[in-house]
Amino acid sequence: MSFFTQFDFSVIAPSLPFLWEGLKFTAKLTLIAMAGGIFLGTLLALARLSSITPLAMVATWYVNLMRSIPLLMVILWFFLVIPIFTGKPMGAETSAIITFTAFEAAYFSEIMRAGIQSVPRGQVYAGQALGMTYWQTMSYVVLPQAFRNMLPILLTQTIILFQDTSLVYAIGAKDLLKAAEIAGKNYGRPIEMYVFVALVYFVICFALSYLVKHLQARTAIVR
Amino acid sequence: MIKIANISKWYGQFRVLTDCSTQITKGEVVVVCGPSGSGKSTLIKCVNGLEPFQQGDIIVNDISIGDPKTNLPQLRAHVGMVFQHFELFPHMTITQNLTIGQVKVLGRSKDEAHQRALQLLDRVGLNSQADKFPGQLSGGQQQRVAIARALAMDPICMLFDEPTSALDPEMINEVLDVMVGLANEGMTMMVVSHEMGFARKVANRVIFMDNGSIVEDAATEEFFGTPRSERAQLFLSKILSH
Repeated sequence: MSFFTQFDFSVIAPSLPFLWEGLKFTAKLTLIAMAGGIFLGTLLALARLSSITPLAMVATWYVNLMRSIPLLMVILWFFLVIPIFTGKPMGAETSAIITFTAFEAAYFSEIMRAGIQSVPRGQVYAGQALGMTYWQTMSYVVLPQAFRNMLPILLTQTIILFQDTSLVYAIGAKDLLKAAEIAGKNYGRPIEMYVFVALVYFVICFALSYLVKHLQARTAIVR
Repeated sequence: MIKIANISKWYGQFRVLTDCSTQITKGEVVVVCGPSGSGKSTLIKCVNGLEPFQQGDIIVNDISIGDPKTNLPQLRAHVGMVFQHFELFPHMTITQNLTIGQVKVLGRSKDEAHQRALQLLDRVGLNSQADKFPGQLSGGQQQRVAIARALAMDPICMLFDEPTSALDPEMINEVLDVMVGLANEGMTMMVVSHEMGFARKVANRVIFMDNGSIVEDAATEEFFGTPRSERAQLFLSKILSH
């Protein structure tokens, strides 16, 4: 019996609807964590750069803390600890979404901080000189430029986030990897399933990084 | 209009401005010159509170800049400023650069702001560039847009921080022409500049700064005739010799 005849990839097709459900959750988790992470991350970055010392300190602590703990541990911690505070049990999916948003905010905040600092000081002066308040200067002048400068890196971080979502299988949230594991057990064909989902992860990530490369060339602001 | 009274400023231990005092009355054009590092740009940035100062006060249109209760954004909305490096917003079109302040700060309608923008672009001779981005314009054109952007706010006075020193020589005049036009219309102007030709033509007074202090503050003819301080004489002889 040759090496390849040991595999039976015919189990993939009947599992597709089930895997599709898993992929949908993976995509949902990625998108929510990206949007929420960038929003909270931007606020964290503004806090870190603010002249209000306590605010800057709290933000710095939060970012450094999150960046110093393995993601898998944060996932488990949030899953176990949040119900203690809220007093009611929380589904693995909800827990995963909260965890990833909070965790990714720390990483996105570092990217946005670099982005904000990449905007010349004179741009802030120009906004202020027109009579803009702090928030107006930020929202109309600084952040749009920071965001544009950082778009490729924000997307790269999102690709990493997309791959990292597979870690939620540790708390039993039904993402693409978990779905593959279940389907693999059902058919007694785990290797085939894992090979297939690896391929799915690969194709999506590869397509996204191609998009990033494309964007890098297009979004540069002419100065 | 602008009263600068005994301003001092430190960056940590380093003193950048020492006891600077002067006044600019309505309709006056004052040129501030001096060697680099003498504190000219810092002083003009103090006038609209972009740079904080530790001692003294500046009164603009009867409002104290040093008073922490002053609503600085509100005051700045009526004090136009033009920067050495133009500082147009690179992610907006020329028209958007001219309307953003009018709409978001002054609360004008989009149509009104647009009208005013086109009118001012026409004035600085750039209405054909309305839909371009700043990066597509030459330095001289960008600086003229920057002047129009400041004028769009209908300022009571204008501050110019070395408006021509980042420009190629052939573009300096197109910017100075706009400034001369403004001066002749009676705009109150404080201009940090080394353009002595401009100072001679339109300035009422020339201020000479050195080492963070105002060394000489004289009427234009007097300044170019016989500067009292040796330092100013030396400076003038160096920049007027060729």
